[in-house]
Amino acid sequence: MSEPLLEVRDLKKHFPAGGSLLGGGRRWIKAVDGVSFTVNRGETLGLVGESGCGKTTTAKLVLAAEEPTSGAIEFEGRSLASLRGQDLADYRRKVQVVFQDPYSSLSPRMRVGDIIGEPIAAHERVSRGEVRSRVRDLLELVGLRADMARLFPHEFSGGQRQRLAIARALSTNARLVVLDEPVSALDVSIRAHIISLLEKIQARLSVSYLFIAHDLAAVAHLSRQTAVMYLGKLVEVADSLELCATPLHPYTKALFAASLPSHPDERREEIVLSGEVPSALDPPRGCRFHPRCPFVMARCSELEPALVELSPGHKVACHLY
Amino acid sequence: MPPLLRVDDLRTYYFGFRGSRVVKAVDGVSFSVDAGETFGLVGESGCGKTTTCHSLVRLLSPSARIVSGRIELEGEDLLTKSRSEMTQIRGRRIATILQDPMASLDPLFSIGDQVAEPAYYHRGLRGGKLRQRVKELLTAVRIPSPEVRMRDFPHQLSGGMRQRIVGAIAQAGGPRIIIADEPTTNLDVTIQLQYLNLLKELQRASGVALIFVTHNLGIVAKMCDRVAVMYAGKIVEMQSVRGLFYAPRHPYTRALLDSIPKMGTREPLYGIPGDPPDLSDLPGGCSFHPRCARAMERCRLEEPWDHSLGDGARARCWLPIQEAARE
Repeated sequence: MSEPLLEVRDLKKHFPAGGSLLGGGRRWIKAVDGVSFTVNRGETLGLVGESGCGKTTTAKLVLAAEEPTSGAIEFEGRSLASLRGQDLADYRRKVQVVFQDPYSSLSPRMRVGDIIGEPIAAHERVSRGEVRSRVRDLLELVGLRADMARLFPHEFSGGQRQRLAIARALSTNARLVVLDEPVSALDVSIRAHIISLLEKIQARLSVSYLFIAHDLAAVAHLSRQTAVMYLGKLVEVADSLELCATPLHPYTKALFAASLPSHPDERREEIVLSGEVPSALDPPRGCRFHPRCPFVMARCSELEPALVELSPGHKVACHLY
Repeated sequence: MPPLLRVDDLRTYYFGFRGSRVVKAVDGVSFSVDAGETFGLVGESGCGKTTTCHSLVRLLSPSARIVSGRIELEGEDLLTKSRSEMTQIRGRRIATILQDPMASLDPLFSIGDQVAEPAYYHRGLRGGKLRQRVKELLTAVRIPSPEVRMRDFPHQLSGGMRQRIVGAIAQAGGPRIIIADEPTTNLDVTIQLQYLNLLKELQRASGVALIFVTHNLGIVAKMCDRVAVMYAGKIVEMQSVRGLFYAPRHPYTRALLDSIPKMGTREPLYGIPGDPPDLSDLPGGCSFHPRCARAMERCRLEEPWDHSLGDGARARCWLPIQEAARE
């Protein structure tokens, strides 16, 4: 019954770095280097990884804010690269985004009604009365009062601002919302509200989410499937609950070990990774994780492991399996 | 044995122009920290935890004033110290680690100089001995090839390394207590684990006490011995970490614990209704009552006092007070 909405195949994005005007010395940062995943209709795919692993670049590629170096993005069966003019505008209408920091993602000079109404006016030919009534409905959908439309963002708290950002993302009946660390900037007591709100909205509108975060527990809570990214590659993709129960890739295990206990008596396998994430400018040969991996073998430094399906829906890229 | 640090009924207020607005950021906070202990101070943004820390080292912004209370370090009252006496105490007896390492490191000095400074002024080390000490400190915080790295400047280091340098600076004066204010908020999870383990190791080696300020209950569970939960400028609950997680006494603590997603489950999360209160315009009675699921008539009218509940647990809530009265 799971029907794919967005399919990403072997997506790559390389940025040039360094080099002189006279040529030579140019190198490439392989921010995203061959990533494939699927977001199903009405479902959530979680994307986890540390800073610099390429999750935000992946988000930008999906939002058509960057052009991929190679690879394909298919949305509702059509290739993003082939879309032009009205079709591309239509894609942008259906694929929306919520950013991490609601203090910088909302214009301080616009009233809330204009912030939420702007995408509607930009994409659809509708009367101002219609825009106003849709803004009212959206404010109520995200748990705010309809009469708040005339206020400015500074009159709202952080959690309320994030609700505004969600309302804006949904204003054009988006089918896919990219959530880029939507709760990281919020207080713990507010985070739970936003996560519950996102769940409620998904149940009601059957919108899909691409949920990008570094907090594994939050990702696993909201997402049906979780993909773990390291240095531009996916190392493991699985059903979220299965990933929590049996993480296979050593990096996923280390991420779980590094996530903080929810209880002082919670004992867990402690895998402390040595070193830090290497530069994407000069990634290690073979498996990119091998210099930090506690289970490293001889062939890890030579041969890059492919992402293979071990059991239905559980893929891992590691020579151990 | 008297505690290493004792804070008694501390009140720090921010004053607006001509007293137009008074923000009671810290409003009657009392706690104590023993030598070698790790004490957690938890709360959401704006609850007064950072102002509490800044009051301890007397580094408040000009608009803030310590209105009343006592801060005793090894039996001496810090609030009666002069400015120059405080400079002898900061770095030598109390050190701080702040959230953003780039803001606490000076971009114009090499990290060797910055780590050397407290050892130079507070320990009187010079020449080869000072060099040796800096090398030891950098080795202790796992900076590879310290001899070479000493000459580096902060911008040449990664975020995790910078925060380790700040840790080395905090240690350099040989303090008895380190205040760590959200030290890992800017770090990635795997780097955060490295850093927390490193702090524990340093603590084991030197016996320094830690005050850990955080909003993350996971860090509390991993690091702390005792913990105080702050809400709207007051400590609403204080007890051992185990006690806090097994039997939270204050509804706010309970709500905080229920609002965190647990790994590998999809149990619905409990969101605390409403927003944290405005510290210049607090609700009457218990400050938490408008958001509390178990609020009673009494909570609206009377503020609960700081009540001892046995086993060193304390809470400011009518519920445990009434239960105790019934028994």
